[in-house]
Amino acid sequence: MSQQTTLYDAPGPRAKRITLISSVIAVAVILAVAYFLVYGPLDERGEFAMEKWGPLIDPSNENFTLLWQRIWQGFKATLIGAALAVVGSLFFGTLLAVARVQLKALGRRRYIGVNPGLAAVLRVLTRGLDWLSRIFVEVFRGLPVVITIVFVWLGLPALGVDLGNLLWYLVIGLILYNTVVIAEILRSGMEGLPAGQREAADAIGLSSGQTIRMILLPQAFRIMLPALISQLVVVLKDTSLGFIIGYEEILRVTTQVVQILDNQIQMYVVVGAIYILINYGLSKLASYAQKRLARGRKTRALPVEAEAPAAVAADA
Amino acid sequence: MSAVLDNFDVFVSGFWLTLQLCLLSAIGALLVGTVMAIFRISPVPPLRAVGTSYVTVFRNIPLTIVFFFAAFGLPALGSNANFLRIPGLDQLFTRLGIDLPYFRFAIIALSLYTGAFVCEALRSGINAVPAGQAEAARAIGLTFTQNLRYVVLPQAWKAAIVPLGSVIIAMIKNSALAGFFGVIGDLSNSGYSLITVQGEPTIPIMIGISVGFLIMTVPLGILLDRVEKRRAVAR
Repeated sequence: MSQQTTLYDAPGPRAKRITLISSVIAVAVILAVAYFLVYGPLDERGEFAMEKWGPLIDPSNENFTLLWQRIWQGFKATLIGAALAVVGSLFFGTLLAVARVQLKALGRRRYIGVNPGLAAVLRVLTRGLDWLSRIFVEVFRGLPVVITIVFVWLGLPALGVDLGNLLWYLVIGLILYNTVVIAEILRSGMEGLPAGQREAADAIGLSSGQTIRMILLPQAFRIMLPALISQLVVVLKDTSLGFIIGYEEILRVTTQVVQILDNQIQMYVVVGAIYILINYGLSKLASYAQKRLARGRKTRALPVEAEAPAAVAADA
Repeated sequence: MSAVLDNFDVFVSGFWLTLQLCLLSAIGALLVGTVMAIFRISPVPPLRAVGTSYVTVFRNIPLTIVFFFAAFGLPALGSNANFLRIPGLDQLFTRLGIDLPYFRFAIIALSLYTGAFVCEALRSGINAVPAGQAEAARAIGLTFTQNLRYVVLPQAWKAAIVPLGSVIIAMIKNSALAGFFGVIGDLSNSGYSLITVQGEPTIPIMIGISVGFLIMTVPLGILLDRVEKRRAVAR
């Protein structure tokens, strides 16, 4: 918003006139496009007829209650999948982030007073684990979530693991991807902290595990809270991929309903609107959290730059 | 691993089609995103409203639903996306010109969806330019276009390049969905049908698909990290 005021001078009478005229023209063009390219063709096909919308908006329609019950069931399945995935990926993501920071700290460590042979083994071990975690992160960050989910769904049974409920394949697929993303968010949060935090912790004699647990991780969670909430939006959207493996979430339900009621466009508009409402609320929550955090940090001259979230949050 | 080697040509052609899809969608997304970003910073309120609602809708809706709308909604609007049969371009990308519209639908879905994120990346880039820059430019009497051309945009570009890159990487990954929405023969679709139709062993084929996507995403990600680090030093 600040840009809008600095990019232009305060409008004078002429600029105001120009703005008004172009506003009128813009509205006319938008309305014309909406009417001729969207409303016209849809009306011609009878997409605004009550028989298509009735089950969705008319409580006296015979299908109304049943349909909304189905939609609620579908959304409940979506929300359950998303909630499980969020909890799981937060848990494993934190573990992975801690492990990676810890491995980095161990890599710097010099083993004084330790048997040189043992020290060499330890050093190779840390190096190897560090590489392993890095490869894990790169692979699962670079894979499409659909592919991960389908991989889990087709791959686990091929390995002889049968989880029974389709929900678990979806959740595991989502967790694999989001663990890595959340781990990267938290890790960049921890590494973005001022070096003094770690140095002070070292100075008062905390071990590196204690430093992470008591000093770095809580601050990283705080700073990265907006990015973590935006990741919730991504998880919720990705839960819709469950329909590809046949999990009965809202999109699957929608495809079933559409086969009976033959109101594709209406159903998808409604389902899309519900998604937008939920996710819009979540992103408002994220920006509210960001504002609150910015306010809380006013005492410091230079707040920690929250640049990473922008890059990560765009990762849909 | 022999299952991958036996079907190597399938993977190569699938990779090629996915690459085409990504290239065309990236161009589309950059175009749509730029136009919408201009709308969002324009002084005309109705255009700003269009930009804002576009971003709100497409950022919060699952890509799956966007694909549904492209596949069912566009035909309902009486469009087979024939405007994408651009002469010359359809010689280079033969899938653009064929009668089956799903490749074009996939491009539209991906462009519209990714465009919202491109728009936000560009806008955040413009917002990252300190207000004093634009004010100083106005103070020395630059016009609005000069202001954008010589002062704001060159700096905004630097701030936007990394977010833009991660948007494009996300788009490449999202393109895997196209194979489940009627596009035949892209990386995910051809791999999936190798498993389900031809009964090839699951794990090697899935690894093959994964490698195909990683070839596209990992180098881009590494490149992006480099750019980001260099920018961090330059500041």
